[in-house]
Amino acid sequence: MTTDQELYGRRGRIVTDQDAKDITRVEELAYDLKIQDVMTRDVSTVSPEMPMRNVLDMLRKRRISGAPVLDNENLVGIISMEDLVRAMSMNDLNAPVAKYMTTNLITVFGFDSLIKALEKLIQVNVGRLPVLDENNKLVGMITKGDITRGILIAIQKDYQEEEVRRYRASHLFEDIKSDRTTLVMRYHIKKGDFINGGNASSNIKRALVRLGASPQIARRCGIAIYEAEMNLIIHTNNGGRIKVEIEPQKITMLVTDDGPGIENIENAMKPGYSTATNTVREMGFGAGMGLFNIKRIVDNMELTSAPGLGTRLWMSIIMEDDESLREADSSTDIQGETTQ
Amino acid sequence: MKLDDVIRLVEGQVLNSKSNLDWEIRGACGADLMSDVLAAIQPDAILLTGLCNPQVVRTAQIADVRAIIFVRGKRPSSETIELAKEEGIPLISSPYGMFELCGRLYQAGLPSLECNLDCAG
Repeated sequence: MTTDQELYGRRGRIVTDQDAKDITRVEELAYDLKIQDVMTRDVSTVSPEMPMRNVLDMLRKRRISGAPVLDNENLVGIISMEDLVRAMSMNDLNAPVAKYMTTNLITVFGFDSLIKALEKLIQVNVGRLPVLDENNKLVGMITKGDITRGILIAIQKDYQEEEVRRYRASHLFEDIKSDRTTLVMRYHIKKGDFINGGNASSNIKRALVRLGASPQIARRCGIAIYEAEMNLIIHTNNGGRIKVEIEPQKITMLVTDDGPGIENIENAMKPGYSTATNTVREMGFGAGMGLFNIKRIVDNMELTSAPGLGTRLWMSIIMEDDESLREADSSTDIQGETTQ
Repeated sequence: MKLDDVIRLVEGQVLNSKSNLDWEIRGACGADLMSDVLAAIQPDAILLTGLCNPQVVRTAQIADVRAIIFVRGKRPSSETIELAKEEGIPLISSPYGMFELCGRLYQAGLPSLECNLDCAG
């Protein structure tokens, strides 16, 4: 039976991407992490002969609530605060551990994943489980607290690694000292590869964001390159190449192919002029807007083409000082490149 | 307007569930030509379209489109859904046609994020 509230709660709750990612990551970690990665190794143990009075002292001094019982290195039981309370209520603190310990043991192996320990802890509702190695020797203890701590540490590590990656990428141009630093990305685009059409543009846009470009700059580059990429897929004989050069204050994009070339560049630049087939138009492209769009969105554009030889499209986007990929650095001379 | 409200208005069905449905939507744009979308749409809009191929999602990702609504109950291919999942872009299918949907959203106060021919970027 599901109550109204449960139903409402389920329907009303919206799992965001971030939620979904966090939940899955914790679940993932419960499977990825081994019990031996998070268990407590330095375990206080007692012998079956030890009087319960000494157990009381030990638990109090070490501020723990239970301990495994070892007989010649073999795990024979576990003694806990509850057992101690029983002995105390019987006024029987001189009795040996063996009389009060729990011998019905639930154990886990160190090489098992955390999820095993979690399942058992929940199933039997105990606070701690002894951890054994492949020879059934005690190697540690695991509690719910150990599991929580282990997962938190692992998530924090993930997070820090991601932070470091982001920091490194966005400070690339500040960290590298040279008279002129350029990052070059090259892509080969296959003719007719509609399924992957836009992958290169998408990767270029992502790279720019990681390098610290503003969303507007990344978007403009993405749009210009995407139109050019689709042109290579739709119109060329053999596909073509995209080369993107990223400098702190300028992004230069060069798109080349080896044919068939454009008969009339003036026409090609006119909005609505198209030589695309119906199939291409059905895919949402080939409406004769590509080159026109590119011209509007980039700062500089040069289109040269020779029928039978190929086409060369050069574009650049200039970043103002406040958009630059590094803090203003006057010692480095960065000049706009005007030639090919 | 939250994406959730938009979904209610268009009586839409979300096709890739684990997505960002609490996003704030600034406006919308309707087009079947991806070049028109690339030329005209401003960031943080939703896109209404009848086109179902993966290029729609690519276009959305490049142009910072928040979500895509497919008109007339169209269902995109699994490749399209897969790509949208990767890019975190919600896909919504609505039974209504383009004109009806634009009307409903506009009437509910969602502005056009389609800029005129003379605006750049």
